[in-house]
Amino acid sequence: MLDGQIDVAPVAQAFERLRDRFPESVLDASYAGRELAVRVRREDIIPVLRFLKHEAGFNSLTDVVGIDNLKSLPTGRAGDAPASRGAAGAAPSLPAGRTVEATAALPVSQKGETTAASEPPKRFSILYQLYRFPEACRIRISVDLAEAEPVDSVVPVYRAADWAEREIFDMFGIDFTGHPDLRRIYLPDEFEGFPLRKDFPLEGKTGGV
Amino acid sequence: MASKAFKEIDLNMGPQHPSTHGVLRLKVSIDNEVVLHVEPVLGYLHRGMEKLWESQTYHQIIPLTDRLDYLASLSNNLGYCLTVEKLAGIEVPKRAQYIRVILAELQRLASHLAWIGFMANDVGAMTVLLYGFEARESFLDIFETYAGGRLTIHGMRLGGVPFDLDETVIGMIRKVLETTPKWIADIEGLLTDNRIWRHRTEGIGIIPQSDALENGLTGPCLRAAGMAWDLRRDLPYSSYEDFDFDIPVRTASDVLDRYFVRMEEMRQSLRIVRQALDRLPAGEHIAKVPRTLRIPPGEIYHSIEAPKGELGFFIRSNGTDKPERVKMRSPSFINLMSLEQMCKGNLFSDIVGVLGSLDIVLGEIDK
Repeated sequence: MLDGQIDVAPVAQAFERLRDRFPESVLDASYAGRELAVRVRREDIIPVLRFLKHEAGFNSLTDVVGIDNLKSLPTGRAGDAPASRGAAGAAPSLPAGRTVEATAALPVSQKGETTAASEPPKRFSILYQLYRFPEACRIRISVDLAEAEPVDSVVPVYRAADWAEREIFDMFGIDFTGHPDLRRIYLPDEFEGFPLRKDFPLEGKTGGV
Repeated sequence: MASKAFKEIDLNMGPQHPSTHGVLRLKVSIDNEVVLHVEPVLGYLHRGMEKLWESQTYHQIIPLTDRLDYLASLSNNLGYCLTVEKLAGIEVPKRAQYIRVILAELQRLASHLAWIGFMANDVGAMTVLLYGFEARESFLDIFETYAGGRLTIHGMRLGGVPFDLDETVIGMIRKVLETTPKWIADIEGLLTDNRIWRHRTEGIGIIPQSDALENGLTGPCLRAAGMAWDLRRDLPYSSYEDFDFDIPVRTASDVLDRYFVRMEEMRQSLRIVRQALDRLPAGEHIAKVPRTLRIPPGEIYHSIEAPKGELGFFIRSNGTDKPERVKMRSPSFINLMSLEQMCKGNLFSDIVGVLGSLDIVLGEIDK
């Protein structure tokens, strides 16, 4: 195999429990490279993570990732999109990267998929990588945010998210509600703009650092 | 009366300080000699790597990963290549996997030998720095003979490794396998029972296991806190499941235990290299990978056990030959978050020792 032999059963089981517990929150789930990615509602990130940590045993948060979906949005710059969207004009497709192959091994909820399809894609995604020790299984939880939409900080649940969320704030300008110390982490406080946003030029801006 | 005025003092340490291992600045508050608060200030080496990667092709990113943890560039190469291969579905030949294991373990040894040198130097034992660097030299010579680079080696490619191991390199590795145990024993002879070393490390920088896990601490620091968590065994990659090795674990979670864990890890790395060399399979050293590698839309996270801890890459592809987003989970960055907790209540002079025991590299903290 290309990567380690991850046992699928515990993750699938954890997902079942999560879906039963939060039927409204789980928007969709996909499975790629033996990794489970679950998209949940932005408002429910704290209860979902709290459940995964305390009841499903995901005792460690490995990383928090911020992504700018600007180029995958229907209103994004034309020509930049990788492939022509099949259903242009119809229900907006999911951002690129969501369409990963689903396997029969995972009980993907039909309901969740319809919910996702009816929802317009949003500007940003925040991904939480969770790990359960010692069974060595991983799960990825994600939330989507529109521009200027805040998300609850998960620091009260996983302290490891502290600097990772500061980094996302620094690079994307996403507001984490309830973060104990939300400041820029790499760039000077007086820096203007958020470099990892897709509309920030690669060469930087004049008057920058 | 006078003591009240000196109750709390703010001290600035770095960014140009020999013991901060690069350009790290620490804002320290002390009450007499006791540390109340330590706040790392980052960004002095921030090069915007993640932004840069979005403009490079998958192949062009590999040499850039060398510049992250520049004491273990092969580990960065490996972590990145494995992630892209997993995303693109590239099957790496068995021989290439073994060569990668050999290179990654030699890199771990080189990284740990540099670490013990810096660490001992930080607490005043300069001799060990010379020993560590002398021992590390032969590893850098191997990398130089193999790929031409000593520090930023660029020693892996998508689909395998750039060169096959020839007789010269194998001979050099065999020689290093024989000489290194002596170096490790010499260093241990200088430190393990040294009263000053003990005094500066024992019971210093303690972090309880639950807090270590909560803070996302990984690598030797977590194993020194009593947790046998090693991705090489728990989520094996690149054929690590073929090799027989132990995971050293200690329980006191102080600076001394981090030293013991790393010293034992070096011996285990030698064991792995020996097994990989003895059982090196025949075959290709690199798979055929198109020069313009277009990866269909997808997301993947993959991580490896780098010398500093869990080194992970998250990649989202968009169907072109350039990634949409690459996020790196750098072990030093997350590990440094625990510094304040480790230093609180210790003496000011112990900060350098605790910081040294975390084994940080600013190249991967600031990205």
